[in-house]
Amino acid sequence: MNPLVGGAVIVLLGAAAVLALIRLVRGPSTLDRAVAVDMLLAVVLAAVAAEATLNRHTTTVPVLLALALVGFLGSVSIVRFSAREGD
Amino acid sequence: MRAGEFADAASAVCLLTGCALAFVAGVGLLRFPDTLSRMHTVAKPQVLGLLLVTLGLGLRLRSGIDIGMLVMVAFFQLTTVPVATHLVGHAVYRLPQLPTGDLAIDELGDGADPKR
Repeated sequence: MNPLVGGAVIVLLGAAAVLALIRLVRGPSTLDRAVAVDMLLAVVLAAVAAEATLNRHTTTVPVLLALALVGFLGSVSIVRFSAREGD
Repeated sequence: MRAGEFADAASAVCLLTGCALAFVAGVGLLRFPDTLSRMHTVAKPQVLGLLLVTLGLGLRLRSGIDIGMLVMVAFFQLTTVPVATHLVGHAVYRLPQLPTGDLAIDELGDGADPKR
């Protein structure tokens, strides 16, 4: 596959991850950070899938499956904690 | 081989569109004013972006069992993301600093019990 595609993917996903990290550090509330972590996980999923696409291998497809299956548990538990804290 | 080249090109287009969505969502995550609008922008790479990238991967791999696993990836993402988003949105609504005046529809306000 064209190396330009790989370069563009790296730049776009890297910028998205850095922006999510900035929000993760700055986010005024815990829930902003939970949203930023969700975003970061989506970027990681996209990066794993993009790497498998560019190099045409299937080694990391089970990783995608596991991440898509358990990725939501992080923000769910953060919400449970912050709700407990607020009461 | 023509079909294979075409599938590779379509795969590259899907991949780039999904990554561009992730980037746009990153910009929105940084610039939008409150948590609810940030949740709105984060949903883009989580759903459409991941579907596009998964479609790109499927177009590139082109074998039955891999496409089956990728369909499962998309299915799990589409079933678990709304659960987390619903819980986060409910918790955000209960924050004291939520600008309720900005909401177009406030389904949890007035009549409904917001502490539910």
